[in-house]
Amino acid sequence: MKIILNNREEIFDEDTLTFEELFLIKKFSFKMLVTKLNGNLVKKEDRLTTQIYDGDDVTVMHLVSGG
Amino acid sequence: MTFEDIKKQIKTKTVGIAGCGGLGSNCAVALTRVGVGRLIIADFDVIVESNLNRQYFFYDQIGQKKVLALAENIRRINPLTRVDAFDRKLDPAGIVSLFTGCDVIIEAFDQAGMKEMIIETVLSKLPKTPLIVGNGMAGIGKSNQLGVEKITENLYVCGDGLSEISAELPPLAPRVGIVANMQANLALQILINNLNQEEL
Repeated sequence: MKIILNNREEIFDEDTLTFEELFLIKKFSFKMLVTKLNGNLVKKEDRLTTQIYDGDDVTVMHLVSGG
Repeated sequence: MTFEDIKKQIKTKTVGIAGCGGLGSNCAVALTRVGVGRLIIADFDVIVESNLNRQYFFYDQIGQKKVLALAENIRRINPLTRVDAFDRKLDPAGIVSLFTGCDVIIEAFDQAGMKEMIIETVLSKLPKTPLIVGNGMAGIGKSNQLGVEKITENLYVCGDGLSEISAELPPLAPRVGIVANMQANLALQILINNLNQEEL
């Protein structure tokens, strides 16, 4: 499938992925501000089950320490 | 809008500030100077000398609890601003019990994990309360990379989203202060119902 991840086109072998599966493949281990699917908020507890499909627009915003 | 008009509108408002370090202390002072009615502040930490490169404390306050020293500094600036100070480490239950009823909540933690925790808590437990997060403000220069973004209906982020603190990228007064004041500035816009997307 081909998706937009953080405004960039990316291609994956899988036909669908959950957010958590996407994080594993991309090695995203940082703390997250929010995750969005096609502009809609995906809550933390829904990242295990929410599926991403071909053509979806995925936003993963990360948090950095400091303050 | 005159200063008197602004003061009149915000003197009945309450802002919750989670953390009294670089972001929280400077944001609290800005809101105090403008005349916000009430601040609810929380922190568990003690002032050390290295904090003074960015946090709104004084040399003679080293060793004091940040939350108590900040309450004192706020009173010295504007005794009309009511301060409720809580010496405690915030967890989800504490955030809900302290900040329910606030008109705006300011996230002012240092650790990314704590930032994530308050975002999750406010989005799920206090979804109607605007939350303003600070994210990415370490180092020097690059002022034009600091900005404000609306993420969801009630979630806003100030900072550059990138600059994480490290030995080579310390948090320092100018950039941390800019972001703290961006948070205060946005809080004012929200408090006086004057927020419009184009004017963030």
